[in-house]
Amino acid sequence: MTEPRAPEGGVPEHVGAPVRRQGPPGAGTLMDLSRPGRRASSLPPLDVPDREVPAEHARRRPPALPEVAERDLVKHYTRLAQMNYGVDTGFYPLGSCTMKYNPKISEAAAALPGFSRLHPLQPEETVQGVLELLWRLERALCEITGMARATLQPPAGACGELTGLLIMRRHHTERGNPRRRVAIPDSAHGTNPASVRMAGYEALHVPSDARGLVDASALEKLIDEDVAGLMLTNPNTLGLFEEEIERITRIVHDAGGLVYYDGANLNAILGRCRPGDMGFDIVHINTHKTFATPHGGGGPGAGPVAVTEALEPYLPVPLVARDEATGTFRLEMDRPRSIGRMHGFHGNIGVLVRAYAYVFLHGRDGLREVSERAVLNARYLAHLLREAFPPAFPDGPPMHEFVATAAPLKQRTGVRALDIAKRVIDLGFHPSTVYFPLIVEEALMVEPTETETKESLDAFAAAMLQAAREAETDPDLLHEAPVTTPVRRLDEARAARHLELRW
Amino acid sequence: MLDALGLDSLDDLFSQIPPTVRLDRPLELPEGVSEPEIWADLTALARRNRHVDELICFAGAGAYDHYVPAVVWALAGRSEFVTSYTPYQPELSQGVLQTLFEYQSMICELTGLDVSNASLYDGSTALAEAVNLARGTPGRDRVLVSAGVDPRHLETLRTYGAGAGYEPEIFPLEEGRGGHPELGPDVACVIVQHPNRYGVLEPVRDLFGAAHDGGAAAIQVFDPLSLGVLAPPGELGADIAVAEGQSLGNHLSFGGPYLGVIATRMDLVRRLPGRIVGRTVDVEGRTGYVLTLQAREQHIRREKATSNICTNQTLMAIAAAIYLGWLGPQGLVDVGRACHAKAAYAAERLTEIPGVSLRFPDAPFFKEFALRLPRPAAEVRDALLERGFLAGVPLPEPEGDTLLVAVTERRTRGEIDALAEAMGEVLA
Repeated sequence: MTEPRAPEGGVPEHVGAPVRRQGPPGAGTLMDLSRPGRRASSLPPLDVPDREVPAEHARRRPPALPEVAERDLVKHYTRLAQMNYGVDTGFYPLGSCTMKYNPKISEAAAALPGFSRLHPLQPEETVQGVLELLWRLERALCEITGMARATLQPPAGACGELTGLLIMRRHHTERGNPRRRVAIPDSAHGTNPASVRMAGYEALHVPSDARGLVDASALEKLIDEDVAGLMLTNPNTLGLFEEEIERITRIVHDAGGLVYYDGANLNAILGRCRPGDMGFDIVHINTHKTFATPHGGGGPGAGPVAVTEALEPYLPVPLVARDEATGTFRLEMDRPRSIGRMHGFHGNIGVLVRAYAYVFLHGRDGLREVSERAVLNARYLAHLLREAFPPAFPDGPPMHEFVATAAPLKQRTGVRALDIAKRVIDLGFHPSTVYFPLIVEEALMVEPTETETKESLDAFAAAMLQAAREAETDPDLLHEAPVTTPVRRLDEARAARHLELRW
Repeated sequence: MLDALGLDSLDDLFSQIPPTVRLDRPLELPEGVSEPEIWADLTALARRNRHVDELICFAGAGAYDHYVPAVVWALAGRSEFVTSYTPYQPELSQGVLQTLFEYQSMICELTGLDVSNASLYDGSTALAEAVNLARGTPGRDRVLVSAGVDPRHLETLRTYGAGAGYEPEIFPLEEGRGGHPELGPDVACVIVQHPNRYGVLEPVRDLFGAAHDGGAAAIQVFDPLSLGVLAPPGELGADIAVAEGQSLGNHLSFGGPYLGVIATRMDLVRRLPGRIVGRTVDVEGRTGYVLTLQAREQHIRREKATSNICTNQTLMAIAAAIYLGWLGPQGLVDVGRACHAKAAYAAERLTEIPGVSLRFPDAPFFKEFALRLPRPAAEVRDALLERGFLAGVPLPEPEGDTLLVAVTERRTRGEIDALAEAMGEVLA
């Protein structure tokens, strides 16, 4: 293995993957540690008479869960945690994922028993503090997006999308015809078309033009009175601002449609511009992206949905309402035109507490600075990488993220975007997103976020450029990477063919 | 950095935003604050809530005050789990992937079914996803739901159904359980909650037998912590089982983040929503874990995906795996037995109060029961709040006299006696 050289500027050398194999060789699953009679749990002795459940309902033998001591449990899951990479481990430039640092104050807040130990059906007078927090957060999110009201119920962005589309459906249904189709750009995240389908619509694909933007003239021809609306991110999935956004929203509105803002890329525009001012009617926000709530290895997130005043009656129940006379808060259930309920209770409250802490810690100037730094970092990193990994759409300057391509490199050397990603792991980093968006060949989608220093951007760029150089001189090094991780490249085809989904 | 880019100011970074949509004023939000100041604000808000370590909690109805052992969040709260993304780079994500594999394995063991997934949002949305899974046969579109299913699950189902193109049809209970789903060749599935929304044990085998005779799929909503003592859904004939997994090591958190649990038969795996972890080998033959069967998912299949779910509740599934590891088989039995015995004791004590009776006196229940009170249930609940009890959840029954009381393993005989005494005084 070639020893990486430190680039100019004294960036530390990287000598292997940021997570390594842990524990003894062949350490297995928790079940492999199981021994009859071992047990971690302790419960008080039963202080009431024991009862048998009726025989026809009784379980005949207990489920074969692992039998382990607490010590085994701690050793096992500590070992597994150490084989996992998080934002706290290091740079995490996954494009479209906004993997910024998650402030610890937010964790501490969510863990307060006054938030974490509340039953969702407690009487309102016992939960005034959390209701006020939700009410203030809703107000703040509406101000940030330029909308009138918001539901905090959707537990994730995709659920927010479905919520917004069901609101769209209800809006049109009340006008006599739900319509049939929803337009989405060809660069859209896969959740968009999937949500469209779940809302009972067909996806209508809008092509991108040579600049990587929505082709407004093509859109004009596609939109008719059968189209319920358009879903769009702005900046879009390529990290480019849709400069013709006002024309785009006007085209849809003129045909009686609604325009949906997918908040995946809100981190680029905080305090600079607002979806409401661009003509959007419905906005979802990913708190786990923009507002630094941690992603938990895949979730939980939260996907609040904000709407214009005209669409407010359709928001899910309950909403938090404030009684102006008494200053008290309540859960408003009686909303006859509401689409209903998107979650069993009130949404991912623990996540929303974290988002509240972040929003009010930063305040109006701090949030604006977040976007400034996010865009600056992305532009700077794109600039450092431009020779080896040219931008996929060079005409527009990228905002908070950029899409580069490894296609020229692949043509010359046979090394693919995936190989670059895997080699970067051996050089000490989590790689960028690869092969998304689908419209870009050998895509590398990079989102450094605002929480990284110049030093960490320089070091990542050095690793990427080193990998590009190695592709020319020693392509096998990249094809075989990573070699320093707990496991090397895994046989995904075998996983899908010989399904082993449980022990 | 601006110099490297040939820019003069940060404003130049935003030059592509048309002037007409730029925000020409500061956001109307407070100025940012220091960490001690935001902490003071948050703790002040938290103090205005009365939590379940201050009140003695007999509230349930889908969210339960079970004990969360210290080890669960000491491990699940490790920042390598908390701050990681969906495991798209498996070489850097074996921790999350293996833990999810272990979670899937334990859910299969609990439910007696073949496959599970890496989590859904919560119990209600898991049920909506289960219905989508069951509505795979053309011509079989109708969804029959027992009136014993949680009302919030049902509302969620109605909302999702508006998009998917069905209206759930309710079949009534008889004395708090059972009922007769009207099956026909156009029925996709029959949904039964067991224990049901009144805590009552359902004649699940009969209901699912009827569903299968009619060619419909059987969906059970279950309580994970009942499965040490109650027969598993797979044995009762469920084709799909879903649950609210909050009780598996997750805090009440005013309703979320919770855990949507789903399990089904192997022949339905290619229609299962959400992420699934599979075991495989690396190029050197070492065991490893990956996300598998991704061709079902939105990022590959787009509008033909089995669901739109992307972000899920992985961290809650990690907590559930650790919690189930902590319990072990005997712990699961002990918790279930304690809940059942204490609920039975509480029902006896509370029905000794004049005018108080069980709403369904002949129906067996697990850890929750519906009490009929001589006064409006909300009034009684509020009066008991002043005495330090969350006495239960008033049910939306038309009479307004029904209180749903849940008793977990955390409640002591002393607390149950105290509740009975206080309720007696309130109703005297």
